[in-house]
Amino acid sequence: MKKVIPLLAAFFLLGILLVTGCKQKEEIGALPVKKEIGEPAYGDAIVVGSIGDARNLVPILASDSASADIVGLVFNGLVKYNKDIELVGDLAKSWEVSEDGLVITFFLRKGVRWHDGAPFTSRDVLFTYQKLIDPEVPTPYSGDFERIERLKIPDDYTVRVIYKEPFSPGLSSWGMAIMPQHLLEKEDLSNTKFSRHPIGTGPYRFREWITGDRIILKANEDYFEGRPYIDRYIYRIIPDQATMFLELKSEGIDEAGLTPIQYARQTNTNYFKKNFNKFRYPRFGYTYLGYNLLDPRFTDKRVRQAISYAIDKEEIIDGVLLGLGRIGTGPFPPESWAYNPQVERYPYNPEKAKELLAQAEWIDSDGDGWLDKGGRIFEFTILINQGNEARRKTAEIIQRRLREVGIRAKIRVVEWTAFINEFVDKKRFETIILGWSLARDPDPYDIWHSSKTKEGEFNFISYKNEELDRLLLEGRRTFDRDKRKKIYHRIHEILAEEQPYIFFYVPDALPLVHARFRGIEPAPLGIGYNFIKWYVPKEEQKYTQ
Amino acid sequence: MLRYLTRRLLQMIPLLIGITIISFAVIHLAPGEPTDLVTDLQPKVSAQAAERLRHLYGLDRPLHIQYLDWLKRLVKLDMGRSFLDNRLVSVKILERLPVTITINVLSLLLIIIVALPIGIVSATRQYSLFDKASTVFVFLGFATPTFWFALLLMILFGIKLGWLPISGLRSLSAASFSFGGRLLDMARHLILPVFVSAFGGLAGFSRYMRSNMLEVIHQDYIRTARAKGLSERAVIYKHALRNALLPIVTILGLSVPALIGGSVIFESIFAIPGMGRLFYESVMARDYPVIMGGLVIGAILTLLGNLIADITYAYVDPRIRYK
Amino acid sequence: MKEERLSRIIWRRFRRNKLAVGGGILVLFLFIIAFLAPLLSPYDPGEINVKNILLSPSRAHLLGTDELGRDILSRMIWASRISLKVGFVAMGIAILIGIILGALAGYYGGRIDNLIMRFVDIMLCFPTFFLILAVIAILEPSITNIMVVIGITSWPGIARLLRAEFLSLKEREFVAAARALGASDRKIIFRHILPNALAPVVVAATLGVAGAILTESALSFLGIGVQPPTPSWGNILTSGKAYIDLAWWLSLFPGLAILITVLGYTLLGEGLKDALNPRLER
Repeated sequence: MKKVIPLLAAFFLLGILLVTGCKQKEEIGALPVKKEIGEPAYGDAIVVGSIGDARNLVPILASDSASADIVGLVFNGLVKYNKDIELVGDLAKSWEVSEDGLVITFFLRKGVRWHDGAPFTSRDVLFTYQKLIDPEVPTPYSGDFERIERLKIPDDYTVRVIYKEPFSPGLSSWGMAIMPQHLLEKEDLSNTKFSRHPIGTGPYRFREWITGDRIILKANEDYFEGRPYIDRYIYRIIPDQATMFLELKSEGIDEAGLTPIQYARQTNTNYFKKNFNKFRYPRFGYTYLGYNLLDPRFTDKRVRQAISYAIDKEEIIDGVLLGLGRIGTGPFPPESWAYNPQVERYPYNPEKAKELLAQAEWIDSDGDGWLDKGGRIFEFTILINQGNEARRKTAEIIQRRLREVGIRAKIRVVEWTAFINEFVDKKRFETIILGWSLARDPDPYDIWHSSKTKEGEFNFISYKNEELDRLLLEGRRTFDRDKRKKIYHRIHEILAEEQPYIFFYVPDALPLVHARFRGIEPAPLGIGYNFIKWYVPKEEQKYTQ
Repeated sequence: MLRYLTRRLLQMIPLLIGITIISFAVIHLAPGEPTDLVTDLQPKVSAQAAERLRHLYGLDRPLHIQYLDWLKRLVKLDMGRSFLDNRLVSVKILERLPVTITINVLSLLLIIIVALPIGIVSATRQYSLFDKASTVFVFLGFATPTFWFALLLMILFGIKLGWLPISGLRSLSAASFSFGGRLLDMARHLILPVFVSAFGGLAGFSRYMRSNMLEVIHQDYIRTARAKGLSERAVIYKHALRNALLPIVTILGLSVPALIGGSVIFESIFAIPGMGRLFYESVMARDYPVIMGGLVIGAILTLLGNLIADITYAYVDPRIRYK
Repeated sequence: MKEERLSRIIWRRFRRNKLAVGGGILVLFLFIIAFLAPLLSPYDPGEINVKNILLSPSRAHLLGTDELGRDILSRMIWASRISLKVGFVAMGIAILIGIILGALAGYYGGRIDNLIMRFVDIMLCFPTFFLILAVIAILEPSITNIMVVIGITSWPGIARLLRAEFLSLKEREFVAAARALGASDRKIIFRHILPNALAPVVVAATLGVAGAILTESALSFLGIGVQPPTPSWGNILTSGKAYIDLAWWLSLFPGLAILITVLGYTLLGEGLKDALNPRLER
């Protein structure tokens, strides 16, 4: 699984949520799964709707969520999370971590075959590692692997990873999909047929990709955990949200992620109750507004705090999420053990906001309704990515509330790729609304450490705080859970006080699955983790070949 | 005929050059920083970014050299590779083109079948009830926002009545159908997009036909024909119609760009992986090689449309000799 | 005076065309609404109230509320200003460029004509919507950019029309007379020929305004139309389409507004065309 990927637009996440699962027991699966169980049977197909097409199916280059959805079914990592969010073996049968935490030894599963029949061995792991750290390969996932000093393969089924220094997030980083050496070693990864015709070890084999239309996967009958029940996985690309919903209404699609309004209101009809099951669980991530701290106006903590006071997070939860999510207070979601419940929360208080802004010398000196300082009015752009309704609405609400304290905000919507490449990476923004989809290990080093501000790195707001830097390093060197917890609680406190981000909310994932699919067991990780065990009883199968 | 064709093709060359220059110019609007976002805060970062961009596009060389380079490659149909997935631009466009052309040709046919009779009858019965009703009808088509109309039709035919598929081009089990079955399946998927696209274009053609017809009817030779005592039917359908139809051919050619442009909308709403959708996606992602390719190909399609129209015209109109 | 009579004839012809008169009334009505927006609008169009999300039409909110609880009637009324602005500014730009280039080409002929007309031909080859999309997305979607880009992509048709008028008018006696009296080219173009050549331009412009309104709604559908917080019919309709099954009012009213307005302009334009073209008289 990825370390930290920017939380893609809700529309990108419409696909099956195999990659990002979620926690918290009491809220899981808000609705009971309907219909009797029926006999497990092979066959049928599931049609999953996605707004965006995949771009690149080379696992270490797949950075959009459509590609990640497909990669998640075609490939395996060495480890994965089970439904209770504990790390378990995937391609690795077991592993050992040395006393000092510097060495992880993986013992690989024997008898696993690539979809073309070639055996999977430790050489594939070595190859994947080499490509991950190869500066010529433009992968966004190299960060965790650069901590490795050496990777040795004493035999075909053993991998020994030696870290430069203790690295607590190390083990979970091996959820990264492993690529076949025998097919790729002579290929240029940036320009290979493999990117449109992947061959992996996973439960589904790649079958066909009709650009912009659909991607078809077929069950891998020799899968090492057993043949998946559902024969075909069809990923349909439907660019328009409204069309997608109509397809759901006509049973053209079997699974899609819902928007809060769709979940709370549009699917409350008899048709949906009869034909679909809805699920709800918290996402492991949060949505925020980040300031470009190279902009002198935002370096003043009082200004950032004032803006936090000027915004009503409750209003955003009600208006944007219809209550299907919770307020964010810092860099960890409430489900994380690193979450500190006792931090500053910034309740809605426009008077206090104005007061703080006045302290920072932002006052309306000419009576035009906008604050100014040195002859310039307080005006900035909120950059958001296209296609994410929740963020667009959030931006509109903020725009309105800021207007009431005298700050003029403009909204600019940019498509995801351009958004990342031209604006985020190059720091060409004033403020930005984004989300982080987090790994289960809480280490937030990449987002907050002051060394991570180079182009393409994740501290693109250029935040710098010495105490935080120290704590971040300490956190990832510490293996003891209680000690780590204390460190992260302090980190949470600092960031809540400093407000380099406005932490808005932790949204819920709201998938909808056709009722003919059985075997879905909502768990802390979500619903996608046991996808290979989903089935349709013979008499209810819809797509027969 | 051959000489006429050669001459027409030769005439296209300056146009083609103009097209490439404009496409090239549009793209070079881009690397200049977006105006409203603060870039001068961090000279180092912007400088680096700018440099990388320059390197990527070869922008450090003089503009005319860049253009000539690009043109040279374009002639060899080498339009570079997409920034998004590193695939050849020509391949990406080619795989999308047939769908878009099919839909547009079908929609043109439908327009002609419906719009011409409307125009003719409107003209022969100017200010009649039919004239007025049909005027409102065709303008309704023009005035309805395409995507809204499409959604309404999808709800009506896809959900309420359940007669037609909502989106896409083929059913999921289409692969197992016979050839005829597949064709039928595709046809069912195309009904709504073609209808939506044609409905918007009715107005232009029918109104044009109407005014042409009116003009012809008032000409001397028609009056003469009437005076000779020919029946009204014979006058209209034998003499007037033929002459009024001719200019329509030209309009056909001219309507190509609007159709291609419009495909962006209905391909998005109907989830059809065509050229319009590709162009939109690349524009939004600033995938410059694909944008340039799309502009050039779109314009060339128009040129071809015009050429076909001209040839047809020359073929039908006895007054034109191929010189 | 002769001109007086001609305009009366035109008016009489126009008046007889009920559809055109209807279109004209619609357009006039729209102007009044846009002009009186602050008086007519019952609420602040930007007032967000998340307790009132997607309320159906009622006495308090005659056309219901949108996904952020804003009053749709107020937003629709204010949006009428945007569609007027987009339509007229865009067409203003197109007409300005079209008149200058068309007049130059038609009046001087020869190489200037050739050059300008080749340029027109090239512009007419591009799928206009592609050009508009590319430029707006690359620059930035803002009302100004939208108006300017629509304007600078829709002048070629007007230039063509004007050139044709100039070609025929410049051979008339009154032009020769003016020239004999020593009038400058500029004076002849703008004082003598242009006023007589404007009729088809007016028609084209009326239709062009309709086209610009449609283009804005299409851009809104693609997410690069008029940006929030400014309401436009296009962006209200676009946000409404996602809730078409739940809140029909959110897409129906802006959809109808666009439809009726565009219909109004086109009927008006067509009526003018018929009225201004003597040959179509029965």
